[in-house]
Amino acid sequence: MIPGTFSYHRPASVAEAINLLSTFGEEARPLAGGHSLIPMMKLRLATPGHLIDLHGVAGLTGIRRDDDKIVIGAMTTQQQLLASNEIRTALPILQEAAALIADPQVRYRGTLGGNVANGDPGNDMPALMLTLGATYRLEGPNGARNVAAGEFYQGAYFTALEPGEILTSITIPAPAAGHGYAYEKLKRKVGDYATAAAAVVLTMADGKVASCAIGLTNLHETPLLATDAANVVISTGLDAATLKQAAAAAEAIMSPAADARGPVEYRKHVGGVMVMRALQRAAGRAR
Amino acid sequence: MNDVTPTREQRTAALEGLGCKRKRVEDIRFTQGKGNYVDDVTLPGMLHGDFVRSPHAHARVKSINSEEAMKVPGVLAVITAETLKTVNLAWMPTLAGDVQMVLADGKVLFQNQEVAFVVATDRYAADDGVSKVVVEYEPLPPLIDPFKSMAPDAPVLREDLAGKTSGAHGPRKHHNHIFEWTVGDKELTDAAFKKADVTIKELISYHRTHPSPLETCQCVCSFDKVKAELTIWGTFQAPHVIRTVVSLIAKLPEQKIHVISPDIGGGFGNKVGAYPGYICAAVASIVTGKPVKWVEDRIENLTATSFARDYHMTTEIAATKDGRVMGLRVHVLADHGAFDACADPSKWPAGFFNIVTGSYDFPVAHLTVDGVYTNKAPGGVAYRCSFRVTEAAYCIERAMDILAQKLGMDPAELRLKNFIRREQFPYHSALGWEYDSGDYHAAMRKMMEVTDYAALRKEQASRRAAFKRGETREIMGLGVSFFTEIVGAGPSKNCDILGIAMFDSCEIRMHPTGAGIARMGTKSQGQGHETTWAQIIASEIGIPADNIMVEEGNTDTAPYGLGTYGSRSTPVAGAAIAMAARKIKAKAQMIAAYKLEVHEDDLEWDIDGFRVKGLPEKFMSMKDICWAAYNSVPPGMEPGLEAVSYYDPPNMTYPFGAYLCVMDIDVDTGVYKIRRFYALDDCGTRINPMIIEGQVHGGLTEAFAIAMGQEIRYDDGGNVVTGSFMDFFMPTAVETPHWETDFTVTPSPHHPIGAKGVGESPNVGGVPAFSNAVNDAFSFLGSTHIQMPHDYWRNWQAAKNLGAVAA
Ligand SMILES: Cc1cc2nc3c(=O)[nH]c(=O)nc-3n(C[C@H](O)[C@H](O)[C@H](O)COP(=O)(O)OP(=O)(O)OC[C@H]3O[C@@H](n4cnc5c(N)ncnc54)[C@H](O)[C@@H]3O)c2cc1C
Repeated sequence: MIPGTFSYHRPASVAEAINLLSTFGEEARPLAGGHSLIPMMKLRLATPGHLIDLHGVAGLTGIRRDDDKIVIGAMTTQQQLLASNEIRTALPILQEAAALIADPQVRYRGTLGGNVANGDPGNDMPALMLTLGATYRLEGPNGARNVAAGEFYQGAYFTALEPGEILTSITIPAPAAGHGYAYEKLKRKVGDYATAAAAVVLTMADGKVASCAIGLTNLHETPLLATDAANVVISTGLDAATLKQAAAAAEAIMSPAADARGPVEYRKHVGGVMVMRALQRAAGRAR
Repeated sequence: MNDVTPTREQRTAALEGLGCKRKRVEDIRFTQGKGNYVDDVTLPGMLHGDFVRSPHAHARVKSINSEEAMKVPGVLAVITAETLKTVNLAWMPTLAGDVQMVLADGKVLFQNQEVAFVVATDRYAADDGVSKVVVEYEPLPPLIDPFKSMAPDAPVLREDLAGKTSGAHGPRKHHNHIFEWTVGDKELTDAAFKKADVTIKELISYHRTHPSPLETCQCVCSFDKVKAELTIWGTFQAPHVIRTVVSLIAKLPEQKIHVISPDIGGGFGNKVGAYPGYICAAVASIVTGKPVKWVEDRIENLTATSFARDYHMTTEIAATKDGRVMGLRVHVLADHGAFDACADPSKWPAGFFNIVTGSYDFPVAHLTVDGVYTNKAPGGVAYRCSFRVTEAAYCIERAMDILAQKLGMDPAELRLKNFIRREQFPYHSALGWEYDSGDYHAAMRKMMEVTDYAALRKEQASRRAAFKRGETREIMGLGVSFFTEIVGAGPSKNCDILGIAMFDSCEIRMHPTGAGIARMGTKSQGQGHETTWAQIIASEIGIPADNIMVEEGNTDTAPYGLGTYGSRSTPVAGAAIAMAARKIKAKAQMIAAYKLEVHEDDLEWDIDGFRVKGLPEKFMSMKDICWAAYNSVPPGMEPGLEAVSYYDPPNMTYPFGAYLCVMDIDVDTGVYKIRRFYALDDCGTRINPMIIEGQVHGGLTEAFAIAMGQEIRYDDGGNVVTGSFMDFFMPTAVETPHWETDFTVTPSPHHPIGAKGVGESPNVGGVPAFSNAVNDAFSFLGSTHIQMPHDYWRNWQAAKNLGAVAA
């Protein structure tokens, strides 16, 4: 539990950070809140020679409204999400999920950018980003580009980030007013990653589901968008049979690993249960 | 004038003696971050050591190459078994009569076994060195399942024992067999089973877990070459035993070894034994002439230092059809891992597991325990329990529920029917113990009344009906547990560690101003000894507890003692304190008689001093006697006021309790909610009710963790899959249920103040309460026994196996 040797850099601008990352190449890693990276370094599962701390980089924090979009700086902490009025009104599901991440100590340090850039299937925010249709702004030696969250995740710890690139902000289209939402997360204890979790954002019209998106956490090597499951519930009143069908459609795309949280069969089963519960709770909240 | 004479109540209260909810004096430093732990010890020139550990569960070590490691800046030495052989320390004796590799000698026998010790100028360099040591292994087939350990073709684990057909505890049946231990009368028991109307038989497993104290195991060893003295600061629950063991194995004269246990951040049995880290740090200090610190990290603690439990108990009860127990038969398969490093009194290879008849009047019983080797970490320590007592309590409490189910009887009623009755004490159990005292019926009835047990059973019946009608997906369980512990090891007639009788000790020195210091052979790891020991003295000799300083943990100053574990401190050392205090009081009486100019027999004790019988105004306070002891003792008497007592207890003490757990389980996810937990403890005389409550809370929280998920689990390849707090269930305040505590008081008849020990009761009684609640919840669906731990997925699995959830 003692990390290997590394050098520490604290750039002041995005350009400087990109420059450092490009210079040191494979050897360098951006450091945000450190609550995923430092534990891996202590286990020597990650042994970066250079840490590029983003805390000194100007302009990477903050939450602002841009028309019908919410733009969140990559270095915004989970705690800042929880404290933000903007998030409370426009994206309450982020607060519901953030409150289920670890404990206050982790949330005061851990950032949204680090959470979504990390590529760990256990992170909660990526599935929400898929559900909400978020876009990531990546800046690198060759300029800036926008990548849809749905295109970003390629495998466990394997993302669309190119060497030298950093994630600078996340843009999320504001869901329709009156939308219903829920994040259902089954975990063993405070500080645990999800055994299975499901995010639902939906709208209702005349007691029927009008639109719906469902995201899944820790049920595959990447976060998943359960499109078939969402389609199943459209135009229904979420009766018991429909819920079961949606759960089955979601389970069909899950391929979790067996671990101490349970065997594959269990994790898929509770994945389906989370989907049903999230759908019901979201529908109950929709206006 | 300000001569308002305090009332007797005020004088008693001012002492803060027995029964007082005195605030913990040690917390003044702990809550301010001013504790002094081993890792706070920093000495000039101190070096740091860390281990190269085996990634394999079973492998031959072909070669160890430390060339690259020695090139790492700051690395000074890489110690291997070959180095240790030069000082005859490649192997060390265990407390259980086995030997254990200090560093891998030819092969490794469990994952994370210590292979080499890298010594460097700082911890970072040491770890860099560790990563550069190249070890060549030839993997061997691992033996993980204890049930396969004695198969004819099972791999040979302990090549060092080749040809040894007997061990420290008698004959060995197989190359992976350690011992067989039998107690009780086989013939009579077999006969009882033949006659029985009803019998039950179940394999009840108590899984492998770990004490996981917050502070891991660690030490600083400092060898002074000039004086040839070794000083060891360590997280030791038994510092004197460590001194003797070091003296014996390192061949150093015992007076030249100084062992200091400073503040300890929890032990729970994990810090009783000796570990390779201590030996390596000591050798490294002798070799380098510098102090060497070794501090384990969490993964090392969970995977390499002593585990607990891993008992697989095939349990049978014979009974009459109206529910009277006739006989008990238990066979235990005990998985000891790669070396037998159990920390039991030496003659007890399975600890006091023969308390397995529990609180019930079994006319006959027979017990066999087979200890076996597997490719797992060594240990088998008493994790917050007296030796193997929690395994025994779990075994019998689960079995009684299974019997109740078979008979269609309420589990509480079955217990009431079979309890040892109050008038049967002292009670001789079928497996050889003499229970000192108890009133089980009173405790059980109180539990049933306070919790309104009957109403809970009614509620359960209606909820079960609702579940069957499909109106709810939750099932409700009531977990009844009634435990009897055996603590206070122990009487020299049957308890020793490496030949040292398990007495304990106290030395009290009173100072002229009416203050004093008490030094003990025990060592608090959070139990609050500095608070409670002073309370015993306060009540015995009438000096306020605040005026008594308690000091433990320094072998140079403390009288020899066997340390703190197995709830032995209050039963043994607590008695020594009272006895030492009584010696002080006896001398004080002589001084008072002299000063008051009466015969000793004319004096009577009155709260905080002696009074002349019939002449209430003629009184001398203990405070004044202390002064007199140093300047005007009777002619011929030596001045001073101090005493030592070494107490060899005449018997163990037998705390007991009645617990109830009310639990709801969601069958679709396996998620449980502890709705209510009631714990009634009878620990005899209650020294400090607040500390008792704290101990019960802590023990119940550990019991909750163990029953509901805390486990050291190995995969088939011998890899630990629960080696960090992410997967090893350590509940936080959020998961921990609310605890309701209660008590009855049945003083121990043989203990000077009637106290019995309480720190471990809640772990012993708690685990069966939780497990019985889960099992009770599922029983109406047709199950008889579901193995622990009862974590979410296993609950779901149970529900699924019973057809309560669709696949
Ligand atoms: C006990 C514990 C429990 C936890 N439980 C949960 C949980 O239940 N759910 C959950 O979602 N998370 C959990 N976490 C993880 C936590 O949320 C982390 O904070 C988060 O995963 C990473 O964010 P960070 O800011 O700490 O990033 P860091 O750890 O600093 O970085 C993580 C990775 O992302 C890269 N990175 C960071 N920022 C950028 C950027 N702007 N551009 C490019 N790359 C970047 C880093 O190089 C690194 O590879 C837990 C952590 C702990 C310690």
